[in-house]
Amino acid sequence: MSSDRPTTPGTVAQVTEGGPPLLGLREMELNFGPQHPSTHGVLRLVLKVDGEKIVSARPDIGYLHRGTEKLFETETYPMVIPHTDRLDYVAAATNNHAYCLVVEKMLGLAVPKKAQYIRVLLDEMQRISSHLLWLATAAIDLGAITPFFYTFREREVILDLFEEYCGARLTLNCMRIGGLPVDLTEGWLDKLQVFTEDLENKYDEYEDLLTQNRIWKKRMVGVGVFTAEQCIEWGVTGPTLRAAGLAWDIRKAIPYECYAELDFEIPTGKNADTYDRYLVRMAELRQSRRIVLQCVDWLKKNPEGEIRAKVPRVMKPPAADGYAAVEAPKGELGFYLVSNGSNKPYRLHVRPPSFINLQALPEMACGHMVSDLVALIGTIDIVLGEVDR
Amino acid sequence: MSDDLLLYVIIPLVKAIVVVTIVSIMAGVLTLFERRILARLQVRKGPNRVGWEGSLQWVADTIKLAFKEDIVPQEAEKVVFYLAPLMMIMPALAVYSIIPFGPEFSFFGIKTPVYAADLNIGILFLLAITSVGVYGLILAGWGSNSKYALLGGLRSAAQMISYEVPMGFAVASIIVMGQSLSLVSIIDKQKELGIWFIFPGLIAFFLYFLSGVAETNRTPFDLPEAESELVAGFHTEYSGFRWSFFFLSEYANMITVSAVATTLFFGGWLRPFPNIAFLSFLDLVPPVFWFILKVSFFMFVYIWFRGTFPRYRFDQLMALGWKVLIPISLGNLLLVALAALWGKTGLYVLGAGLTGLFVLGLILVERAKPPRVPFKSTPKTAEVTA
Repeated sequence: MSSDRPTTPGTVAQVTEGGPPLLGLREMELNFGPQHPSTHGVLRLVLKVDGEKIVSARPDIGYLHRGTEKLFETETYPMVIPHTDRLDYVAAATNNHAYCLVVEKMLGLAVPKKAQYIRVLLDEMQRISSHLLWLATAAIDLGAITPFFYTFREREVILDLFEEYCGARLTLNCMRIGGLPVDLTEGWLDKLQVFTEDLENKYDEYEDLLTQNRIWKKRMVGVGVFTAEQCIEWGVTGPTLRAAGLAWDIRKAIPYECYAELDFEIPTGKNADTYDRYLVRMAELRQSRRIVLQCVDWLKKNPEGEIRAKVPRVMKPPAADGYAAVEAPKGELGFYLVSNGSNKPYRLHVRPPSFINLQALPEMACGHMVSDLVALIGTIDIVLGEVDR
Repeated sequence: MSDDLLLYVIIPLVKAIVVVTIVSIMAGVLTLFERRILARLQVRKGPNRVGWEGSLQWVADTIKLAFKEDIVPQEAEKVVFYLAPLMMIMPALAVYSIIPFGPEFSFFGIKTPVYAADLNIGILFLLAITSVGVYGLILAGWGSNSKYALLGGLRSAAQMISYEVPMGFAVASIIVMGQSLSLVSIIDKQKELGIWFIFPGLIAFFLYFLSGVAETNRTPFDLPEAESELVAGFHTEYSGFRWSFFFLSEYANMITVSAVATTLFFGGWLRPFPNIAFLSFLDLVPPVFWFILKVSFFMFVYIWFRGTFPRYRFDQLMALGWKVLIPISLGNLLLVALAALWGKTGLYVLGAGLTGLFVLGLILVERAKPPRVPFKSTPKTAEVTA
């Protein structure tokens, strides 16, 4: 990355001595975070700025490090699930899902059809709520405060539905190895359907405020271009990659659960800039709504059925390793499991999309202004719980 | 002798105290209105607990601010740090000495107008005094010895100085029309001509109001205190009562800009159509009421802006000021001057022309609005294999 000298906390907030002279002035080192309102958690960036222009940016992470991956090793397989909630804490369902997938793969379990549909349903609801949260915070970062309240109005309904299903709103713990903990409650699908059908109007409402807004476009078009080639080099996935024009989505590329039976599209952009990332996410919201409606439809037609496969009481995957990934709202979320045949994972590594996408930030930000950096952090969509683990 | 005492000491003193008190209260009430209106725009309720429907919220907030701990950063330039809020609040309040709230009225047999002074250089005084406020911003940014505050201070310095230029030119076109620098004479002139200056001065109005929003650091030009970028900009390190001075001066400045816009473009305290006799029943409403009504409208527009717009970037803001607003304001000044040469008819023709063009433009823009197109995906074949 761009910085060439190690920095320690406490000494960074000083004007650097020396350095290349710019108009006879020196670059200023600016400590951006970890307690900055728009770093979305505890991200710290050490910026070198020439006036307001960013010369170099170095993310300093680890403020939320909890040793989750080590903690996984001390828990039995079913006990790991609640810990995965705390990775990307605004999209707990996809975290649960990715973990369950890898264990099921190792155990050779086949998840019943109904459970698959409910899982996909939960995933897509989670994607909608995560994207809504993203839109809210990204808009606030650019100074538009109103969309925040609009999106939270809808997100609230989704969280209420989650609460009704599994008792939790944020850290859902809503999946089990081999299926689901509980069946859907009576009337839940109807509520979801009414809400989801109306969502399209709500999306239009947000887009009316932002999409053609001249200031919004001025702040986003052409900012932080990150081409498909660069994305592949850096391993960037999710909407950032798709905004660069590459239709790479695990749901289509390596279909898991019942995604192959569902009808949806992968929206992609052309210009690979912040504005395209915004458009891609807005289009994904509409696609997720379609998927939810299809799942609701299927579940209404097939109310009977198992929700959990026959699972052994003590789960001991054979001594081998395996990887499974889902398309989380932020990109490819993968779990890599190494088992030694015992009832606890020998090693469980997470491939978090936020962490890997965050690497691209300094590349994107250099040459832009401090205000653009805020927009970039907003549109990369990171969650520090996942970055630091 | 006693007449002189009354005329030159007691009345001005009472007026000064009343104006400062009223403006401070207005700023407080304005914060309440802002929060309630923003809440309406944002599908929530806003403060509704203290007093009837939250009507005393601003009192509670003021008391809280007054008793809050006053934190001064260790490394701050103490004198500058202490002086900066005062340098902002004093010009913000001093301006009110020339704002004409209403015409003469009679009070226990004393005839006196509803303004503190009618300066013959009114507008110049106004522009000069409001400019002094910039020092408060810069010094606050520099004196707190914080990088975010410094960036905020520098932004505000550049922004306010740049936007004073189009503002000055916009006001100059009103001076040409009103043939006076005194705010009261400008109102009288509007009555004499029978039109508000908004019609011939349509371009000038937009320039003035846009620059006014930029001058008062409000959305979409709130870069000096851009929360998501600079934490709180120039007043990052301030707290308690000192902070409330910045707060108060921001709202006082908003009222100033609205009041001046009302005076220059919307006939100040005049009722609508001041010369049409059969509307004279409107005179039953006191002139001060008309003034406050018009000012409230502009305050509402401020809040409306805040609820709607994202924030400009710094370089875009400067580009807008220097490359767009200043050339337009110069052209507008020329246009108005030519029309004013032709006298009353000229202003009428200009007014009718501009208003017509504006309405036409609105219709065309509305027509040209593209229908909502769903975002089309343009997939490129994935080069990565599963």
